[in-house]
Amino acid sequence: MNDHLPDNGGYVAAAYLIFLALLLIYVGIMAYKMSKLQRSVAELDALAKRDAEQEPAAEAAPREETPA
Amino acid sequence: MYAPRLRIWTAATVVTLVTGYALAAFVAPIDANEAGDGFLQKIFYLHVPMAIVALGGFIFGGVCAAMHLRTEDSRWDVRSYVAIHLSLILAVGVLLTGSIWAHGSWGHWWVWEEPTLVSFLIIFLLYCTYQPLRFSIEDREKQSRYASVFAIVAGVFVPLNFMAVRSATSLVHPRTFDSADNLPGAMRTTFLVCLLGMTLLYITLWKYEMTNKDLSARVRAARRRLGENVVRGRSAAPEVRV
Amino acid sequence: MRKAVAALLRKELRLELRTPQVIPAMALFSVATLVVFHFSLQANAVDGDLAGGILTVTLLFSAILGINRLFVADHEEGGFDGFLLAPVDRTAMLVAKALALFAFLVLLEVVAVAAFALLLLGPDLTLTVLGRTAAALALADVGVAVIGTLVGALAIQTRARDLIVPLIALPLLLPVVIGTAQLLGPTFEATGPTPLPGQWLTILGLYDLVFGLLAYALFDFLLED
Repeated sequence: MNDHLPDNGGYVAAAYLIFLALLLIYVGIMAYKMSKLQRSVAELDALAKRDAEQEPAAEAAPREETPA
Repeated sequence: MYAPRLRIWTAATVVTLVTGYALAAFVAPIDANEAGDGFLQKIFYLHVPMAIVALGGFIFGGVCAAMHLRTEDSRWDVRSYVAIHLSLILAVGVLLTGSIWAHGSWGHWWVWEEPTLVSFLIIFLLYCTYQPLRFSIEDREKQSRYASVFAIVAGVFVPLNFMAVRSATSLVHPRTFDSADNLPGAMRTTFLVCLLGMTLLYITLWKYEMTNKDLSARVRAARRRLGENVVRGRSAAPEVRV
Repeated sequence: MRKAVAALLRKELRLELRTPQVIPAMALFSVATLVVFHFSLQANAVDGDLAGGILTVTLLFSAILGINRLFVADHEEGGFDGFLLAPVDRTAMLVAKALALFAFLVLLEVVAVAAFALLLLGPDLTLTVLGRTAAALALADVGVAVIGTLVGALAIQTRARDLIVPLIALPLLLPVVIGTAQLLGPTFEATGPTPLPGQWLTILGLYDLVFGLLAYALFDFLLED
């Protein structure tokens, strides 16, 4: 296959690689946003738990059942 | 609740895009029309769908902005924002691949005779001011209203600009690659599959982004409910109201 | 509506007459730009497409100055609030501002075209050339006035107004620039003016029309407060 590839194959490869790179960068940014979201949810969890401990047990019971 | 059916869209995107580029690599004939650079024409299957989808996205952003001004529902502003944001990313890809193609075909990184590329640069330059514009207006409500006006104006500008630039260009280069009409059968099918795949990719990413915006807004609202003082810094991104 | 527009336009013009600010600045800037062109191109006389391009660019950059200042007084002195309290159609503001900007541009061009003919233009400024230049510039001015009013109103509420205006206005005005350059090029031909290309008159007119309608539809949203 390789010896059939014309000289200007590099351009085609470069173009497709740019597309791939853009996609991957996008995925990376998404991953960053997800981790930020994850951190906020963890904080939220901690807040909810703190509230549950402070309040009477009767009200706290259903809240603690939320899956971690 | 925002229910975008992400799994189905993602699967459809993967299948269509992979099929499209497999067709482009193995099935589509190597174009013999252009002088000796037939293989280079394979960039066509990437560059043109990206360009079409990016432009469609800009116009979609304008339509969402119009809906925002009509309904005063801030969710439309978020839709418009995400659409323009994604189209800008695609536009970078269009400019880069177009430039590579130009260098491969004609030996120059930039070719003024290629109206699509030139129009794209102008549109790209215009939309680059979208985020700075948003960022420099502090009042949230005003920010989204002004951004919507900008998005509508820019959305209308897209086709007009194409017309103007195209009329100003002397068409000296062969232009086999701008319409699907004069393509032989196999190339045409490949192109259409690639275009569909790119459209699906855009829609899927748009839905991901929307889900993300929706989720972070929910988290913020929940924090507020739990009594935490959420101070939101100045930002160009619109806020979803839950 | 007509009364309100007339009153607003009178206000604009009177303001400019009492303390001339915008027009002298634009005119001076245009002459300075022509001098800059002379030295940067190292040309004593230009004709054809180059002449058309130089005049177009000079006028465009001077126009940006005017666009930048268009709403400043209203924003800083509370003109918007006064206008919004008045029981008149808000479109009146758009029409009056666009007309005022158009008038400023015409006055600017009287100076700039004269200076251009004196300083740089190779072929003589005959009546035919002058007439065709006026026709081309009139069409361009409508576009610049409409887009300038829209962009000016859009940018006045931002903190970085001076940066936002040229960044948005230049791409939006590019079709106008293309059209004007295409019309002025043949007019300034060294061998005598050739007829104005009708295609470009149409495109420029169409562009003016579309943006006129667009500004009419959207301007209200920029005033609401």
